[in-house]
Amino acid sequence: MSDLNKLTLSAARDGLRAKDFTSSDLTEACLTEIEGAGALNAFVHNTPEIAREQAKAADARLAEGDAPAMCGLPIGIKDLFATKGVPTQAASAILEGFRPEYESTITSKLFDAGAVMLGKLNMDEFAMGSSNETSTYGNAVSPWRRGNEDTPLTPGGSSGGSASAVSADLCLAATGTDTGGSIRQPAAFTGIVGIKPTYGRCSRWGVVAFASSLDQAGPMTKSVRDAAIMLEAMCGHDMKDSTSADLPVPNFEALLTGDIRGKKIGIPKEYRLDGTPDEIVKLWDDGAAMLKDAGAEIVDISLPHTKYALPTYYVIAPAEASSNLARYDGVRYGHRATLAAGEGINDMYEKTRAEGFGHEVQRRVMVGTYVLSAGYYDAYYNKARKVRTLIKKDFEDAFAAGVDAILTPATPSPAFGLGEVSDSDPIQMYLNDVFTVTVNLAGLPGISVPTGVSATGLPLGLQLIGKPWEEGDLLNIAHSLEGAAGFVSKPEKWW
Amino acid sequence: MSIDIDTARRVAKLARIRVEEDALPALASEFNAVLGFIEQLSEVDVEGVEPMTSVTPQRLKRRKDGVTDGNMQEKILKNAPDAREGFFAVPKVVE
Repeated sequence: MSDLNKLTLSAARDGLRAKDFTSSDLTEACLTEIEGAGALNAFVHNTPEIAREQAKAADARLAEGDAPAMCGLPIGIKDLFATKGVPTQAASAILEGFRPEYESTITSKLFDAGAVMLGKLNMDEFAMGSSNETSTYGNAVSPWRRGNEDTPLTPGGSSGGSASAVSADLCLAATGTDTGGSIRQPAAFTGIVGIKPTYGRCSRWGVVAFASSLDQAGPMTKSVRDAAIMLEAMCGHDMKDSTSADLPVPNFEALLTGDIRGKKIGIPKEYRLDGTPDEIVKLWDDGAAMLKDAGAEIVDISLPHTKYALPTYYVIAPAEASSNLARYDGVRYGHRATLAAGEGINDMYEKTRAEGFGHEVQRRVMVGTYVLSAGYYDAYYNKARKVRTLIKKDFEDAFAAGVDAILTPATPSPAFGLGEVSDSDPIQMYLNDVFTVTVNLAGLPGISVPTGVSATGLPLGLQLIGKPWEEGDLLNIAHSLEGAAGFVSKPEKWW
Repeated sequence: MSIDIDTARRVAKLARIRVEEDALPALASEFNAVLGFIEQLSEVDVEGVEPMTSVTPQRLKRRKDGVTDGNMQEKILKNAPDAREGFFAVPKVVE
């Protein structure tokens, strides 16, 4: 059986249950693909021994006939998730050599469900970035190319390795995390599906913290159905995360009826930014037309504080990061700088952090330190928290007026070339998240669905934003959009 | 609001990140770019608005105040750059 690595989760699950192939077959197919895909730099720590062992165990469970949906399905894990005994670095030099003595709640849940881990995936350092260019492992590369050019393109970020690996069929699906768009933007750049659930749906325990009030994990998959299957396995209450919601987890896949008649879809006028390329505007209009054809009602809405979402994010996220990243001090784990004679503990902290953190991480930690420092706390941090309240209220007002979901572009452009957005102008890079960051600030679920291609042949995605805890409804609308758009493009193999 | 070199030095110190003197001007200019962007927030009228403390309002779970975990000294020290006699070791702190 060839090309098993190209299967979706749902097709592989059905094939395993029908005994068309085994989890070991699936796993070997993926391991072979990973071997040959070094040029993508997506997998950064391979775990073939663990994968083969888990596949064998999954095959035994499948033979017994009572295996959960994820049983035997090979996936990749973003390097942000603590995996017991396996390097977990958050793509940072400061965590070099760190092998957790514990397993994150999400990977535990996936492994309990029988999923097979192929290895750890590249990402931006501490998930800070939108192009996977801040990683200590080097850039992850998209399998996609612009027309006949051979310019290496970004798979997006921060979950760039996850996006590249799923899009290139190195694995069936991958975990991602999303603080300002880090699942949805890379999914859109690589023609795959990515969902960030409602804040509190997925436990953050064992996920290296960036900005705790914004971080959420979610699946990155080849279809909306796959997102439903994998999300269900990742969700659920966890006593070890005080912000984890104690709510029942629906069978999301069973909610994919495809019937969206009567659903009210909001089109926010503030997302029509000056300078948005025509092809993105057209993609958006086409998406609205598809949902209308499927029986939804399209309504214009206003989210008046949209413009302030990015500046709010760039106060709150660095502030939380500066606090979270204070733990990297060279004492308990990871890198410690070599000290010269006479140097003391402050030298150790300062040198360790200067050597261990990359440029963007240092910049954000220091911006966070500044906005939290005496004299600026009210002007910046408290102000941002107040504006965040207003941003959330914009969405609440829209939902209260009867809107079921909101349709927007996922990104302001198709994927750009690695190195094309300059490091010296951080704002330009931050603008990548202009459509996604509002969703994190409001704690809402958001999903990116590939619905078209750019003039240069690159995938383009639309974002749907749902009501809190209504991932089921959101996935169903996304499923309908996916069906109508019929996106089937795949990158041509060059690696 | 503009960040000068002294402020950049002070912020680096507070963040416990060593920044060499010759790198401070570039750092100050990057701070200014980011803070200039953030400055837009001053346009927003937030009179009477509560600062957000929790994005999905819910009562925090309570549990009995008891020991639920522990006895894993070895595991905790396993990844330490320097551990001795069951402790994390650091350079001398007190003279």
